[in-house]
Amino acid sequence: MSTAIETHNLTVSYHRKPVLWDIDFELPEGQLIGIIGPNGSGKTTLLKSIMGLIPPAGGYVKIFDQPLDEVRSRISYVPQRESVDWDFPVSVRDVVLMGRYRPGRLLRRLSAEDHAIAMESLRKTGMEEFAGRQISQLSGGQQQRVFIARALAQQADLYLMDEPFAGVDAASEQAILQLLADMKSEGKTVVMVHHDLQTVRQYFNWIVLLNTRLIACGPVESVLTEDNLRKAYGGQLTILSNVAHLAQQRDFPMREQAKKQKP
Amino acid sequence: MSAFWSDPNVQMVVLGVMLLGAGAGVTGVFTFVRKRALVGDAIAHSVLPGVCLAFLISGQKHPLWLLIGAVATGWLSLLTMDYITRNSKIKADAAIGVVLSVFFGLGILLLTAIQASGSGHQAGLDKFLFGKAASLTRQDVLVFGAAAGLILSVSALFFRAFSTMSFDREFAMSAGLPVKTLEFILATITVLAVATGIQAVGVVLMAALLITPAAAARFWTNNLVKMTLLAAIFGMVSGLFGAWISYQAPAMPTGPWIVILLTLIALFSVLAAPERGILARWQLQRNNAHKMLTENILKTFFQMEELHGKQLFSWEAILQKGHFREQELKKGLGQLRRRGLLAAPDVNGLWRLSSEGETESRRVVRLHRLWELYLSHKLGMAADHVHDSAEAMEHLLTPDMEKRLLEELEYPALDPHDSKIPYDHQPNGK
Ligand SMILES: Nc1ncnc2c1ncn2[C@@H]1O[C@H](COP(=O)(O)OP(=O)(O)OP(=O)(O)O)[C@@H](O)[C@H]1O
Ligand SMILES: [Mg+2]
Repeated sequence: MSTAIETHNLTVSYHRKPVLWDIDFELPEGQLIGIIGPNGSGKTTLLKSIMGLIPPAGGYVKIFDQPLDEVRSRISYVPQRESVDWDFPVSVRDVVLMGRYRPGRLLRRLSAEDHAIAMESLRKTGMEEFAGRQISQLSGGQQQRVFIARALAQQADLYLMDEPFAGVDAASEQAILQLLADMKSEGKTVVMVHHDLQTVRQYFNWIVLLNTRLIACGPVESVLTEDNLRKAYGGQLTILSNVAHLAQQRDFPMREQAKKQKP
Repeated sequence: MSAFWSDPNVQMVVLGVMLLGAGAGVTGVFTFVRKRALVGDAIAHSVLPGVCLAFLISGQKHPLWLLIGAVATGWLSLLTMDYITRNSKIKADAAIGVVLSVFFGLGILLLTAIQASGSGHQAGLDKFLFGKAASLTRQDVLVFGAAAGLILSVSALFFRAFSTMSFDREFAMSAGLPVKTLEFILATITVLAVATGIQAVGVVLMAALLITPAAAARFWTNNLVKMTLLAAIFGMVSGLFGAWISYQAPAMPTGPWIVILLTLIALFSVLAAPERGILARWQLQRNNAHKMLTENILKTFFQMEELHGKQLFSWEAILQKGHFREQELKKGLGQLRRRGLLAAPDVNGLWRLSSEGETESRRVVRLHRLWELYLSHKLGMAADHVHDSAEAMEHLLTPDMEKRLLEELEYPALDPHDSKIPYDHQPNGK
């Protein structure tokens, strides 16, 4: 298995205060990889520094065994939804077409192929019928899907997504997940910040557990131990993990969907 | 008046001023969508010391020198704001305020010094405060027109890059776009637009020429390209107007007049723009009220026929059954008549629906009852709680949604209160 992302002693700080310390890991290609950790643990910062948006204070990142700038066109970044102004005067199609701009082709006109790829990306995310809509008229989940469609339009091999499931309803979450599974089966790598510990086991086969330092990184079973979770979430998690543990033991449904199956 | 249009010298100035307006309008769009209006204002005030310094150093009023001076201090103000926010605890708004007042203060100081020395009047530097479009010389027009042309072509060339970067800077960076370079280019043409625009409006009111066209254009469209074209047009119109005023009343500074016109354009946009404008929203509400009223009358006819069988109904009966106000009912019946949904009253003044009206009344009642059924069956609401919601939804549901409801509920026969759901044709199946 070759390596998609390698970080070596990566340290990142804001105003000299380190928020990521000595992060050292290798992530395999072709997997769905979850980054988990409590609020403020540096998950967003990690993605941004992998994308070169924040310069590291120390260490380095390699992607597909090369420096970032060599392989930029093979990587796609999906920022947190709240990071932009959704009242910006553009349509859904315009946003997805932004995924077709790459350095060196900025001044070129968009081709018919670019438009076809954008529409195909919208179709994959179930947003085809919204192509002409002004982005301020979208729900949170639809905005998220537009961002994912824009990333798909980049036709990358590695996708870094910051909480794509935030504010998305259960049905959309399942649809997106299906899409990610398809991408995985095409050999793409998806790295995603995720918040819902309940679903981590189900969704990912590889986990990065983070709290300013790297707590653990590896296949799900080896990372999601009580010990590791306690290290990452500290006191915060004791009740939560107890509940989750209990639920697992008694096979109690934790999700809405499960309830609906009852008559 | 006629001299204004026919004199070739005047034509040249008018063309120049319109170009300035267009340049300011176009760059202003990006200033506006990037929410940097205050920065624009600070730049505008900060070009004054540059203009004065250029005059002091070169000793002449060649437009190229003045432009270089203006761009230099305009840029310096940008860098200073950036430096302050990055290297101190001072927030952006305070940094903007500090830079604006310091640079402008310095500019006024220099201006006063120049004027005291006596050379200022002949230099006509005072026009940079409030603008004087008509005082442009042929040389001025050439230089500033060229600058405006440059601004417009750069904006057109980089339009997509600018919009991608303005919408989502981090994404643009992650895609490898040269964001820093693009920002430098955008900042440069903005400073250039300000430095040329002050010819017409003056530094004090320049921010209005930069921002107002964009703000007004935003009301008319959700499309950035159209918005930019509109802002360019608004900028040109105000430039033209400024030149005209300036020739009509040579003693008058043009800036305030241009700003008044821009304000009128903005006000008109706020009022009259489709969708976003106040009048459009009123109209929409009025249409909704009409639709609700006529549909309620149709429903009343249906309910009365359901009770009493097919017959003609008196004005009083309708009024009573539907709880209408007299005025309202009169208006509503008139509208139904005009749309051909209501037959003409018979000799006794009794009313009945036309056959189109009957179809329409069935549709309204059907939507009402389908929605009640949907709420009670699919969402588990109690049967006596669903009526109020259905009262509103019957006016709102589109044919498309109706079809989906029908499919989901499998063409039901009865609503939760066991009233029949009326169809135009007996649906096959159940
Ligand atoms: N621009 C910034 N300037 C200063 N400090 C910052 C900045 N952005 C983040 N931080 C700090 O860095 C730390 C990590 O932030 P980050 O956004 O990476 O956390 P996160 O794991 O993504 O959190 P969340 O789950 O809330 O999204 C936090 O303590 C935060 O306060
Ligand atoms: Mg985050």
